[in-house]
Amino acid sequence: MSEMVSTIKKICKRYGNDRARLMDIVNEVQDALGHVPREAFGLIAREANTHRVEVESVVSFYAFLSDKKQGAVVIRLCDDIIDRFKGSEAVGDALVAALGIGFDETTADGKITLEKTPCIGMSDQAPGMLVNDTVITNLTPAKIPDLVRQLMANPDPQALVAEPGDGNNADSLICAMVNNNIREAGPVILADYRKNAGLRKALTQTPEEVIEDVKTSQLRGRGGAGFLTGFKWELTRKARGTEKFVLCNADEGEPGTFKDRVLLTERADLVLEGMTIAAYAIGAETGIIYLRGEYAYLRGFLEHTINQRREAHLLGNTILGHEGFNFDVRIQMGAGAYVCGEETSLISSCEGTRGDPTDRTPFPVVKGYMVSPTAVNNVESYCCAARIMDKGPGWFASIGTARSAGTKLLSVCGDCERPGIYEIPFGTKLRELLARAGAEDVAAVCVGGPSGQMVGPAQFDLGISYEELSTGGSVMVFSNQRDILEVADAFMEFFVDESCGYCVPCRVGNVLLKNRLERVRKGVGEQKDLDYLQRLGESVKFTSRCGLGQTSPNPILSTLKNFRPVYNALVKENKTGFHKSFNIMKAVEQASAIAGRRSEIFHA
Amino acid sequence: MNDTFKITIDGKEIEARQGQTIMDAADAAGIYIPRLCSHPDLKPIGSCRVCTVVVDGRPQAACVKPVMDGMVIENDTPAVLQHRRNIIDMMFVEGNHFCMFCEKSGNCELQALAYRFGITAPQYPFQFPEKEVDGSHPDILLDHNRCIMCARCVRASQELDGKNVFQSIGRGFHRKIGVNGEKELGDTDMAVSDRATEICPVGCIIKKRVGYEVPIGQRIYDKAPIGSDIEEVHP
Amino acid sequence: MSKPRVATTSLAGCFGCHMSLLDIDERILQLIELIDFDRSPIDDIKHISQRCAVGLIEGGCCNEENVHVLQEFRKNCDVLVAFGDCATMGGIPAMRNNIPLEECINEAYRDGVTVYNPKGIVPDDPEIPLLLDKVYPAHEVVKIDYFLPGCPPSADTLWAALTALLSGKPLDLPYELLKYD
Repeated sequence: MSEMVSTIKKICKRYGNDRARLMDIVNEVQDALGHVPREAFGLIAREANTHRVEVESVVSFYAFLSDKKQGAVVIRLCDDIIDRFKGSEAVGDALVAALGIGFDETTADGKITLEKTPCIGMSDQAPGMLVNDTVITNLTPAKIPDLVRQLMANPDPQALVAEPGDGNNADSLICAMVNNNIREAGPVILADYRKNAGLRKALTQTPEEVIEDVKTSQLRGRGGAGFLTGFKWELTRKARGTEKFVLCNADEGEPGTFKDRVLLTERADLVLEGMTIAAYAIGAETGIIYLRGEYAYLRGFLEHTINQRREAHLLGNTILGHEGFNFDVRIQMGAGAYVCGEETSLISSCEGTRGDPTDRTPFPVVKGYMVSPTAVNNVESYCCAARIMDKGPGWFASIGTARSAGTKLLSVCGDCERPGIYEIPFGTKLRELLARAGAEDVAAVCVGGPSGQMVGPAQFDLGISYEELSTGGSVMVFSNQRDILEVADAFMEFFVDESCGYCVPCRVGNVLLKNRLERVRKGVGEQKDLDYLQRLGESVKFTSRCGLGQTSPNPILSTLKNFRPVYNALVKENKTGFHKSFNIMKAVEQASAIAGRRSEIFHA
Repeated sequence: MNDTFKITIDGKEIEARQGQTIMDAADAAGIYIPRLCSHPDLKPIGSCRVCTVVVDGRPQAACVKPVMDGMVIENDTPAVLQHRRNIIDMMFVEGNHFCMFCEKSGNCELQALAYRFGITAPQYPFQFPEKEVDGSHPDILLDHNRCIMCARCVRASQELDGKNVFQSIGRGFHRKIGVNGEKELGDTDMAVSDRATEICPVGCIIKKRVGYEVPIGQRIYDKAPIGSDIEEVHP
Repeated sequence: MSKPRVATTSLAGCFGCHMSLLDIDERILQLIELIDFDRSPIDDIKHISQRCAVGLIEGGCCNEENVHVLQEFRKNCDVLVAFGDCATMGGIPAMRNNIPLEECINEAYRDGVTVYNPKGIVPDDPEIPLLLDKVYPAHEVVKIDYFLPGCPPSADTLWAALTALLSGKPLDLPYELLKYD
């Protein structure tokens, strides 16, 4: 039996030859073999009791999985707009020069593969890159030759970490050069807290009372959608099903967001405490943390934290002596797919399939993971829930605004003196936040990431809240040196790359939107191209199936609304009826080269 | 328990039953909601979005949204029709739809929808993507140029044929229908008698050696628009 | 009062749409009561002689000369109609659009199985217009006012469209006359 065959069989066996664990299986095959070979699709399918095409379907979906042999070391340069503005393109050039290969290529000796990847959650210390699971931050082109030399001498990327970052980043189980950059701690999440006080309190109440408390606190989902957490728990509790599940959405993929990274590093216990409270409230015995592939460096630490909690009877059977309350948590690794942050996609991915979203009737609270009632909540929401149980719903509800209770963790990045984490009470004005972050000459702020909105100074007096400026955490600052439409273009590129392609408007519409925006940016657009962008954007928003497509036109729609003069300056009146977007010289360029002569008609 | 109730579509009150989708109820009442990925013999998946309606102010795919007592639905409004037209246009430009030599022409549901909407040309630029043609199967041709990713074949193979010949692979604009074989359709257990062979709404999956069997003028959509059969239920 | 002038041309097409125009049969007598033909393959006038009310474009643009002609039409016609699938979406010629140009030329002049060209010469007289990188539907090059799809659009379709346009009525084709094949 070849080594590949035995390796694959061993991996499949470790996951119980269970098709529902296909994500873990292919992730491990990728780690073990450097890729998931096409020749192995059939074998994996047989071993995992599924079909060959299902394996291909999964492998072809996730950016971190590949059916082509990759190097033992894979460098993924973060290609976010924030990173670009901080010089990632020059870093990329330096990598290309030092490695002697282009992007999406592997060195001749087969050792190192170079790729680009969307936001890795390090925008506060950009430019950054992943070297396998190891995060390298604050890159400069000058640092690259040395880094590459070291990697060639020693392929262990961890050896590149000279000095670990602050807090738990220095923990031996993390040992990352990442810094937390906590700039302002608020009372709810980043304040000192009494560990497990919330859980102990919850266990003195009935599950219904716990739900009532969370409802009273007015806690709304911190991922950005803002659904009332207590209500979600209540629906899950009341839904019929023998098994129920608690899922933690740690697929922090919205570009410019990195607050969950910090929570998982510094408040891992609080997250798990919140999940345990949720499990008690809804009657779940199994929890899953869906951890984005980019945060694989936190996995060992999180697993250790889970183990410690098991030992302390905070997880496992008869939690804290509470008869009949059993709950345990596993980690599900993602593999590079933004759409998996959408809760139904996340569930699909946990079930071992491609991360296509599913229809939201029935909702996950009724039929979610394994067709069972499932509560999916954001990392930060679980932290809030634990603190609410400890300090009381009234305390929580008294912070923030009437419709947005509590505090919000913001990840501020871009053109400011002090990028990092700010825990602010809801209602804090954007202008105030910008001042605290040391942002001057600000032309635009992207609130909520690409799926949020681009706002200008006229909106700076709005408050951060569900009712005014809603955000899952991302706040990207752009100074007046930046080209707003370059930002919008980069965001559209992101959505084109990340659309799952399931529904037509998102699969096709985003490509068309991006192409037309490029036309306008090149100065060959017309006024009617702006109407085209508006109408097409509205259709994509209106008809798309999931949150990705329903928000993907926002970079264009919000800039059309808030930065119209920028567009107007680019489009000109055209009365000739000849489209400027058609460039005859460019169209004959190839034929001209082949024939070795210029156009007789147009080259006057 | 009384499980029938009233819903309203474009101001017209119709009867609906618990468990029906909006599309089911509309069909029964003789109201045609345009559709592509939906097929009466298959579980609906809401992927083409052509059947988007407005339910109590929110967009929903009629093929998957269950009816509820008192629902107020907008179907035939200028705004909804415009969104649908835009989606149809998108499908035309994302593939390579050469109707002039396609064997499915006249019987193609995508083409028929465009006719029904009076589309003379799509308003978006053609993308002319590079797509494969898989002629490996002795009896069936798989031409990805014409695929609209409705996944009817995926579902028909699973739900009706008890096989698993097709599944979506890739993502985004590069998403396509993959086959459950080492390389191509000929490596699968697909048979020409499978329902998956004839359920394709466009000319992506077609039987070989059939060609342009039905003369022009007698094809399904030559005379009457798609949906006429449903609208005839209640004239 | 002078009759409105109509110009027609076939770019990257097969003249099939023009054949369809001739298929209006005896209605052509009515047509010439309504219009005067300017530049057209029908009368072999080589350039538009004066302002035209309507220009009919068959075919998309596969070479620079097509672009040149199309621009002449746009400049001199009040209303431009793309008639036929080639003008509307590129048509059969556009099947080369996902094949690199060099490959197309090699297939046509050097490597094709029916090609006899021992010296491997690719015709290259300066008179031969340069090919474009791909075949462009007419509306990607200039503004097009109306589209009449079909391969070709039927004589009835063309008749209905022309008479509507010339009498200033909205161009609303009945169901039976809108076809893509």
